Amino acid sequence: MSATEATAESTGVTNLNVSGGEAGPAPVAIVVSYGFWIFLLSDIIMFSALFATYAVLSGQTDGGPSGRELFDTRNVAIETLCLLFSSYTCGLGSVFLERRSLPAFYVLFGITFVLGAIFLGLEFHEFAGMVARGAGPSRSAFLSAFFALVGLHGAHVSIGLIWLAFMVAQTAAKGPREFVLRRLRCFSLFWHALDIIWVAVMSLVYLMAVRV
Amino acid sequence: MNEKSKHSSSILAYTSGLAFALLLTGASFLVSHSHELWGPGLPVGLAVLAIAQMGVHLVFFLHVGSGPDDTNTVLALAFGILIVTLVVSGSLWIMANLNGNMMPPSAIMEMAR
Repeated sequence: MSATEATAESTGVTNLNVSGGEAGPAPVAIVVSYGFWIFLLSDIIMFSALFATYAVLSGQTDGGPSGRELFDTRNVAIETLCLLFSSYTCGLGSVFLERRSLPAFYVLFGITFVLGAIFLGLEFHEFAGMVARGAGPSRSAFLSAFFALVGLHGAHVSIGLIWLAFMVAQTAAKGPREFVLRRLRCFSLFWHALDIIWVAVMSLVYLMAVRV
Repeated sequence: MNEKSKHSSSILAYTSGLAFALLLTGASFLVSHSHELWGPGLPVGLAVLAIAQMGVHLVFFLHVGSGPDDTNTVLALAFGILIVTLVVSGSLWIMANLNGNMMPPSAIMEMAR
């Protein structure tokens, strides 16, 4: 047994090596997607701290407006549909890119970008409306926690949109080469993970407030 | 399985994932807006629907499966879920206890005098 095999076995990461059991480093695609997965999980753990903060503080309105008065569920439903369908078109786009059909990829990623931008626009509109009626982040502990949690998700979506535009430009410039495909796989993991976090935001923040 | 059928099967996976996710989102909105569910049970109902939808996203969109190549992914995910559960439930538990044991405001004013 070689030294690499021994370390792999003692740490339990034997199947990072998918090349059929022979010793040697795992392929870059495997290592990168696993590392990115670890990053996503740590990102979700950061969000969990903010979720806990929000859950603790959601009742502390300090005499100010509560979630029930502030939230517009129709807006939330549209935002949810935008993110859900953008996740879908992002997934389909990456399938078509693996199949090397570039026009379908451009169309689908264009739709993904537009849906993400609509989501951000709606969220910005909601925030601006809340600040305008005196319910900004400094009004109460509830609103501080709300803006921190939902704002951080919005910041992630903004970064995702910049990344998406960059990846489409890179695909156009370099063609569907191996490293471009690898980065796009990471991007779609990121985009789907944002959708998972939004499911939690939608349920815990908006829908819980409807009848409480 | 050849390349072509692999691709159409992953398109099918995305489409069925979208259908499940839409169904569960619809259920969440319905449950929170109708009075079908007993009021105090609503948070539990919404949490169950949200966790189910996260599962759908993980399986159909993020392709976390039970294959031999997925062992590391699943182990890392399990660890992440453990930490998230500890952070969220621990904070809620501790803060509820602190709230319950807090001195009433009138007594604090009395001490400050």
